This record gives sequence, structure tokens and C-alpha cells, in this order.
Amino acid sequence: MPSPEASGALAVPPAEATAPARTTAVRRLLARPRFTIPFAVVLLVCTMAAFPSSFSGWFGHGDPHACTLADSGRGPTAGHPFGFDIQGCDLYANVVYGARNSITIGLLTTACTLVVAVTLGALAGYFGGVVDMVISRVMDVFFGFPTLIGMIVVLGTFPVHSVLSVALVLTLFSWTILTRVMRSSVLANKNLAYIAAARGIGAGPFRILLRHVLPNSLAPTAVLASLNIGAVITAESALTFLGVGLKSPSISWGVQLNTAQQYFTTNFTLLLFPSLFLTVTVLAFVLLGDFLRDEFDPEAG
Amino acid sequence: MGRYLLRRLVMMVPVLLGTTFIIYAAVFALPGDPVQALAGPNTVVTEAFRNAVDQKYHLNDPFLLQYWHYLVGLTHGDFGIDLNNVEVSSIISASLPVTATLALTTWVLEALAGVGLGIVAAMRAGKTTDYAILGGSIVVLGVPYFIIAYVAQIAVGVWLGWLPASGTADGWPASYLLPAACLALFGLPEISRLTRASVLENLHAGYVDTAATKGLGPSRTLFRHVVRNSLIPVTSMLGVNLGLLLSGTILIEGIFNLPGLGYQIFQGVQQHNGPVVVGISTLLVLIFLLVNLAVDVVYGALDPRIRLA
Repeated sequence: MPSPEASGALAVPPAEATAPARTTAVRRLLARPRFTIPFAVVLLVCTMAAFPSSFSGWFGHGDPHACTLADSGRGPTAGHPFGFDIQGCDLYANVVYGARNSITIGLLTTACTLVVAVTLGALAGYFGGVVDMVISRVMDVFFGFPTLIGMIVVLGTFPVHSVLSVALVLTLFSWTILTRVMRSSVLANKNLAYIAAARGIGAGPFRILLRHVLPNSLAPTAVLASLNIGAVITAESALTFLGVGLKSPSISWGVQLNTAQQYFTTNFTLLLFPSLFLTVTVLAFVLLGDFLRDEFDPEAG
Repeated sequence: MGRYLLRRLVMMVPVLLGTTFIIYAAVFALPGDPVQALAGPNTVVTEAFRNAVDQKYHLNDPFLLQYWHYLVGLTHGDFGIDLNNVEVSSIISASLPVTATLALTTWVLEALAGVGLGIVAAMRAGKTTDYAILGGSIVVLGVPYFIIAYVAQIAVGVWLGWLPASGTADGWPASYLLPAACLALFGLPEISRLTRASVLENLHAGYVDTAATKGLGPSRTLFRHVVRNSLIPVTSMLGVNLGLLLSGTILIEGIFNLPGLGYQIFQGVQQHNGPVVVGISTLLVLIFLLVNLAVDVVYGALDPRIRLA
């Protein structure tokens, strides 16, 4: 087999030249259990969130809203491996459908946080002066806030408790740390020689910011954001569990745990299965984020 | 030192103003009629009563002026009167001791266990004990801590019956141990991982070889030199955690039915009892800021290389 490096060093365009290197990198990544196990779980849970109906029907009773009150709180039986909830609905189908809202909120919040953090962090870091001062003082205010209390107070004033409103409130209280990280990596980058070179050939501030500073400052923030997903999912379930997040008839693990708190002494399964799914999901996201941080941002670890 | 303290205190003012304003504005936006709530849901509110209440609580003033009245009250310890006609300051003085006891018990447990596990993990670095502690802390980090609290409440409180499952009837320590242990788990992984990293870094420092050359035994070197130096970053982390604990108590107080500040604030949100929510959150923010300042001062005292300026 001819070596691609030897024959293509000059003639082959860069994209093709790096292709073999990329496949070995992927293969090496797949050989690491610290990556593959959490990644497989995350993939599974996300698929479950996207297509719950193709998972919930495994035991023959896939509709989470098909309930018979006579079965209220019954334990596991044939066709109902997790038993029934208080409304007499199949608990397995409900837990499967619960993935959707938890994962959506986790990803949506992290995406919003990332957009806010990258924008504000870049502006504060690159332009400095008054812009930096205003953004930094606002950050101080949010840092001075006990987060959970802030979220409870703000969510308490919301008339609707939808996936969107919960995600917005979670964003409101989680943008600060990422913004701070983004700001400091922009600060570190903006005085490097290549920026001075770009300025020297006449590039304007926004072109420099978008084409040069941003791509080179994104990595630490993005990696930290992946670590954030697990924390957001936990926070959502905690808020819902306290009764200020999503409300029934929305299906989510937090809602199920909120109901379970009244019945857990007699129906332990009501608490067990949503907790188990929530825990495995959060753990997978945290482990994956932790791995990414160790790989791509060794200084932060 | 005096100038540093003064500067930090002055810097606190905008943060405190910003936070109280956000909370005040958020609570102000709560729907509902406070005069009706004060009178009770089944009472017909007379015009005279409404006018008297509006007058007394400045309810007809513009929003900013109301906020100003509130701030002026705060400066002499007046947190206002809640919708059940109870002074917010009396609610605070009844529930603050519960939260303070819970937070401090948690903090001591967290510090002892975290530093202890961190030192053990560092001494056994790369061995089974180290990996066991690492694995344990990752699991604790991943499992939402209200679930841990629930399971602990059922297992230890109900099934085993070792400690009271809820309430404060048994006083300190019995009633507080279980909630404090659950809350301590929340910050434990960070503390132990930081201690481990810090001790490992210090074990390879030059002064350790010097101490060994002088003939100092390994345990004496460890405790007199390495641990002392390693605890500097840990102290700062512990301080930040004390601030976070105050906010974390809200879930734990709810689960274990402890009538502390978090419990009151949560009840306040549920019942649209604005003055309680604003008063207690303001107090918590203030405590949080003061704790962080205290940590920085202690930090300077522990490490003479840090100049507070």
C-alpha cells in the first residue's frame, strides 16, 4: 500500500492530506473508554429524546397518556416493567418521554448561554474601556446572587412555565462564568502578533474580531459549555422538583420526582426510575465534558 | 489593610444595589393585589382601608420611589412588614439560626472530609484508594444532590431510623446531621480534588527535600510543611463554598422540613409574599458578599506572600 504522506506531500491539497490523520485520531478516540462509554450514553439519551415513541413501545404499552386510574401506583407487572404512576399511566413510557424536555432544556440553555457568553465576552475583552466596565459590573451583580434563589424568584414571577421560559431563566443565571472565561481568552489573544499583523494590513476592528480573535478564543469556552449541560439538566430538575419549573401535564423527570415526593414511602419505584434515568444522563454529560476539558484545555483541569 | 477593607466595602455597594433592585423589580412584577392579600381573600376591602394601606406602604408612589423607601428602611434594619402583618425582621431572626446551624455544620463536615480524602488520595496517588476516591467524587458530582438527599432520607431516616427523617424537633446535632451530610456531598468532590492536586504539587517542592535532609520524618514533613502550604487554595475554595451553601440550603431545607431562610423564601414565592422574598434574598446576598470578603482577608493572613492592596 503506497504511503499517502510520501506521494502526496506536494501535489495533494491539504484537505486530502489530513484525511488519514483525522481517521486515526477518530479511531484513537474510539479506543478510549473514558470517551466511548459516556458518548454512547449521551447519544442514546438524545435519540430517546428525539424519537421517544420508538423506545417507549418496547414492552407493548408505548403511550404515556394511556392511563387507567384503577392501576394507580401498582408495582411492575408483565408489559409494565416499571409499574404505574399515581395516575395509573405506564411509568416506563413516561420516563422515556421525560427525556425530551430535560435534554431540550439542557441543550437550549447551553446554546443560549454560549451565544451570550461569546458575544459579551468578546466585546468586553476586545474593546475594553467602558464596554468592559459595564459588562464586568453586571457580571459582578450576578455573581453576588445565590443562583438557585435568583432562579426561584424570577421563575415565580413568570406566568407561563414552558420549556422556553425555564431555559431563559437558566440562561440568565448561568452566562456569567462562561463570559468571564471568554473575556479572558480574548484578552490573551488580542495582543498577539497575528492581530497586530491583521491590523497592519488594514483590517477593521469587527473583521479582526470575527475572523481572527473569535475563532482562536472559542475553544476553552466551548469545552466548558459542554461541561455545563449536565449542571443545567440538574438545575432544571431541581427547579421543577421544587414546583417552580415545568408543570404537569408536561412530562419531565423533574415533574415525576415532584409527584413522587408525596408517595415515595409507599411507592418507591416512582422515585427510583426517574432518578435513575436523570442520574445516568447527567453523569454521562459530566463525564463527557470532563473528558473534553482534559483533552482540549489541559490548563483548566 | 484598612484601605483594602474600605475599598472592598465600597465596591460591594453597586453589587448590593444591583441585586436588590433586580429582586425588587422581579417581585414587583408579581401579579396580584397586595392590599387584598393583606386583608385576606374573603374580606371586602373598603376604600378607607385601601387608602390607609397605600399611604402606609407608599403603594401609590412610582416604582423607583418605592424602592428608595425600601432602601432607606434597610439602612436601619427595617425589612418591612409581610402580607400576614408580621415583621420580616422577626421572620428572619427566627429562621436565620436554623440556616446558620445547617450551613456551618455542613461546612465543617465538608472541610474535614474533603481535606482528609484529598490528602489520602494524594499520598496514595495512582493506587486503588486514589481511583476509588476519584470515582466516588465523579459519581457524587453527577448525581443531582436532591436525589441523594431523598435517598438518604428514606434509607437512613425511614428504613434504618438512625437519624430523624425531618424537622428540627431533636435539635442540634441529631436533626441537622443528615441534611448537613447530604449538603456537604455537594461541595466535597471539588474540595478533595483541589486538596489532592495541591498536596501533590507541594510534595515535589524543594522544601520537602530540605526537610527530609534535615532529618524530619515523613509524617512531620507532611503535616508541618506540605499540608500547611497546600491548604492555601483550599481555603479560598472553602470560603466560596460557604457562600454557595447558603443558597444550596433551600432544597435541603425543603426536603428535610427545616424552617430556615431558604424554606421561608420558598414559601414566600409560593404565597406571593413579596416582602419576605425581597428581605431574605437581600440578606443572603449581603452575607454572601461579606463571607467572600472575609475569605480574602483570611487568605492574606494565611499566606504572607499575598499582599492585600
